[in-house]
Amino acid sequence: MKPVDFDYARPDTVDAAIKLVADDSRIVKMMAGSQSLGPMLNLRLVQPDLVVDLTGIEELRRIEERTDQILIGACITHADIEDLRVPDITQGALPTVANGIAYRAVRNRGTIGGSLTHADPSADWHSILAAVGAHVVLRGPDGERAIAVEAYMIGALEADLQPGEVLVRVEVPRLSKSARWGYYKSCRKTGEFAHAIGAFVTDPDRGVSRAVIGATESRTIVIAKADNVIGDGRTPRLLDKFDGGAVDELLGKAGMADPLDRQTHVTALRRAIEQARPQ
Amino acid sequence: MAKQGVGASVSRKEDDRFLRGRGEYVGDIRLAGMRDVAFVRSPLAHARIKDIRIPSHLRDSVFIASDLAADTRPIRAVSGLPGFKPSDQPILAFEKVRQVGELIAMCVADTRAEAEDIAAAVEVDFEELPAVHDMLLARRPDAALVHEEWGDNVFLETFVDINMEAAYDAPVKITREISTARQSMAPMEGRGTIAVWHKRMDQLVLYTGNQQPHIVRNGLSECLKLDQLKVRIISPDVGGGFGYKGIVLTEDVCLGWLAMRCGYPVRWIEDRREHLTAGANCREHHYNITVYADRDGTLRGVECEASVDSGAYSSYPFSACLEAAQVASILPGPYDFPSYRCRTWSVSTNKCPILPYRGVARTGVCYAIELMMDAIAHECGLEPYEVRLKNLVRPEQMPFDNITNKHFDSGDYPESLRQALARTDLAGIRARQKTGEPDGRLIGVGLAVYCEQGAHGTSVYAGWGIPMVPGHEQATARMTPDGGLELRIGAHSHGQSMETTLPQVAHEILGIDIARIKLVHGDTEYTPYSTGSWGSRCAVMSGGAVATASRELAKLVKSIGAHLLQTDVENVKLENGLVTGPSNSVTIEEIAHTWYRRPQDLPSTVDPRGLEVTIGYKPVRDSGTFSYATHIAVVAVDPELGDIELIDYVIVEDGGKLINPMVVDGQIYGGLAQGIGTALYEEMNFDASGQPLASTFADYILPGPTEVPAPKVGHMETLAPYTEFGVKGLGEGGAIAPPAAIGNAVNDALRPLGAQLLHTPMTPRRVLEAIQAAAGDRKEKRPEVAEGLSA
Repeated sequence: MKPVDFDYARPDTVDAAIKLVADDSRIVKMMAGSQSLGPMLNLRLVQPDLVVDLTGIEELRRIEERTDQILIGACITHADIEDLRVPDITQGALPTVANGIAYRAVRNRGTIGGSLTHADPSADWHSILAAVGAHVVLRGPDGERAIAVEAYMIGALEADLQPGEVLVRVEVPRLSKSARWGYYKSCRKTGEFAHAIGAFVTDPDRGVSRAVIGATESRTIVIAKADNVIGDGRTPRLLDKFDGGAVDELLGKAGMADPLDRQTHVTALRRAIEQARPQ
Repeated sequence: MAKQGVGASVSRKEDDRFLRGRGEYVGDIRLAGMRDVAFVRSPLAHARIKDIRIPSHLRDSVFIASDLAADTRPIRAVSGLPGFKPSDQPILAFEKVRQVGELIAMCVADTRAEAEDIAAAVEVDFEELPAVHDMLLARRPDAALVHEEWGDNVFLETFVDINMEAAYDAPVKITREISTARQSMAPMEGRGTIAVWHKRMDQLVLYTGNQQPHIVRNGLSECLKLDQLKVRIISPDVGGGFGYKGIVLTEDVCLGWLAMRCGYPVRWIEDRREHLTAGANCREHHYNITVYADRDGTLRGVECEASVDSGAYSSYPFSACLEAAQVASILPGPYDFPSYRCRTWSVSTNKCPILPYRGVARTGVCYAIELMMDAIAHECGLEPYEVRLKNLVRPEQMPFDNITNKHFDSGDYPESLRQALARTDLAGIRARQKTGEPDGRLIGVGLAVYCEQGAHGTSVYAGWGIPMVPGHEQATARMTPDGGLELRIGAHSHGQSMETTLPQVAHEILGIDIARIKLVHGDTEYTPYSTGSWGSRCAVMSGGAVATASRELAKLVKSIGAHLLQTDVENVKLENGLVTGPSNSVTIEEIAHTWYRRPQDLPSTVDPRGLEVTIGYKPVRDSGTFSYATHIAVVAVDPELGDIELIDYVIVEDGGKLINPMVVDGQIYGGLAQGIGTALYEEMNFDASGQPLASTFADYILPGPTEVPAPKVGHMETLAPYTEFGVKGLGEGGAIAPPAAIGNAVNDALRPLGAQLLHTPMTPRRVLEAIQAAAGDRKEKRPEVAEGLSA
């Protein structure tokens, strides 16, 4: 269980990284915290010719807080967010979820960009960042593009990354003081990957009401206008408006055929809503 | 000096190095010029090997069966039980592979990564055969054959019938199909071997983390056709044994063969994928079991057909039948009842061999019989504890020979149950069950009682006829010239804490500070022969041997002491490290100094054995000690997600005299963690082609610290009548009862829904399926009601 022989590069600018990953004559893998790629290398599930280590790029470690959003560099670790080295503008959503990712040892090295790009459907960031309405920014030879987090995962372990593109930052909108959120994941044990995730954000002052079902076989399922599932966010008890039958139907339409699987995911979303602080 | 002897909870001597990260495991050893081995393993469960192609430039780095053929013998572990069919496990496969992960070629390079590159370049052509992946299907006449020459897939079938038909008129008859999943032992450290030919000693030295170094020497010598004088096994620190590290592996033989030819040290460190998929499997039991009882809960009889999936080969030294055949003898558990019938099959399949794991057959047996005891309780409208109290062997029956002739040496089993109940708020739980939980979860309470035969000796194992029969256990006690004491044992300490507890035993007799007593173990060159650490035997056997050797040494010490005190030996006593006569005393240090450094001060009549003793020990009766315990689990089951939380856990254990109660608690905690793994998490699944489906810890789930509650542990100390100090073996016990106690608790919780689980692990998925099935049953009944209404 040792990796194949591969070359290693540690560029110090995004442009240099783009040049390296754009080389389609060989198999190139980007590495950030290496918490997923490391084991995959050792298991020879990936056999790259070149590993490009992104952790030497100062730009990817940057944080920039603006009035309406915060820009989080791709190589910011889960622990950076958990420990509030990244200012929280999400009413506690991101640091709380970060605190529940795997184990502290993983959080110390694992990065937000790496997790999103690895595109494991069970990963926490895909669900909570989709719920808050975050975007990822990708930079390639032809410049930058921003896409919604939920659109970044094409399928299990496959991100929408064009040749030569590098995920440079995540843009997270600032939630209003009146916003409410909830997050619930069902795991076999502490630190394991989830087998069902429910997440939601209501921010009535910004007209936002989003619900997310994660840890499916593939992409997160986002209900972008979730008023009919969780109400408009202005009722004291959000759960009063919860329509589990509608969510179950939605999951069925999304291809989740197994009724127990649907039950688990509907329950996760319902519990996320139960956990939301009352208004 | 603070109390250090038998019964003192002194801190562990070995923790100084372990807690500072200074342990030395096989993977830490660096020998000059050492190279690494990786293996080409079978990707298929059952196939004929048509061709092996090695790139010509790699031919010197790759070894296959034909290279080893002349110098090695296959691993063969035969049981003497009548009808046992032996299997030959090839060192490297030829003609045919019978399990995924079976060795086909050995590749050597400067590093493991390069060795894996070479292995990847070796091409093997297979003709795939149908895989035998299910032990119940394996016994059907149309099943493929793992070993064609047998004509079937059964290593061994056993049958016992004791007055079964007398129970058939019992008013209560309950039948269930119960099973436990295949598991992996999953110690933190996997297997590993370094082999080197030592020219000066003219000897093959094999470093391998091992529970049974002397047994490995036997097996390895036979497989490599070497005199035992030419084989030395060194077992350094071991990061968890649990049965897997007692086995002679084909990898060990390969490395030994290579080291004898290549002139440099060679190393193989098992990786976790190899461990999970190719080596360390255990536990897979299946029971069709019927119990017969009276309405008052009196158990009248047990009738059972039990199968164990023994895998492809019979492993050395325990053989392929130890698990299933043992089921027949221990299924009656701690209960006294008159009728019994049990048929067992050790079934061969295309999976890796079943190996003895902490608790061995007992965990499955306890799960089966204890689920049935609860079924009787439910059927008879009794509390589960009432059925136990009705049927447990009683203290006034001790010593008690049970229905399968197991000799229960001592104990008060009902008292352990009463003490466990006293630590549980049963009435409170029953009241809460009536009102329901605010969070919608269902709570349940379950109990299990078991007995653990430990340290069983010659009379028991001679009957099995396997390659290993324990006899007298020997220990050496040897003083150093400055008054220190070396204890040498052939067993191995790897979590049993013997580097602390055996010095405590010697201290009890000799009074030497345990800081000046050192345990030497893990090296065949330095230690007396032993079958090693297995079967909850070391406290009894190694402890008894150390006590016996210490007593003999005390006589020698006193004899020299009396001479120095110029009195007769009858006039002196040995206490607190001093030999004291009528008027004065002399220290053990002075006595040792005199023997070794100033022989001129000794009389000509001095005992020439000096201050060194090697002597053997057997308990007065070698049929084994019987420790036992009651476990009570309280669970909360989430009926929407299927999650199970342990909200309370009680253990009341009787291990006889406890040498170090703190160490015993540690053994119980560790066993409990593994038992919780069996109950709720661990499962090694295979698909129909015999492919293992869990190859990493992402798929093979082990409990972690947050999944293991702090149990409330109580001790009873009923002294064993046949052993030194009254000690009983209990090292495996913690892992025996948790699946049964937790299983009964989960079924108690699910009873309002009409659901039950009869298979481990009790995963969220299985909980939800059981609830769904019960709901389906209820739905099916609904039309009858509707029909009744319309009529």
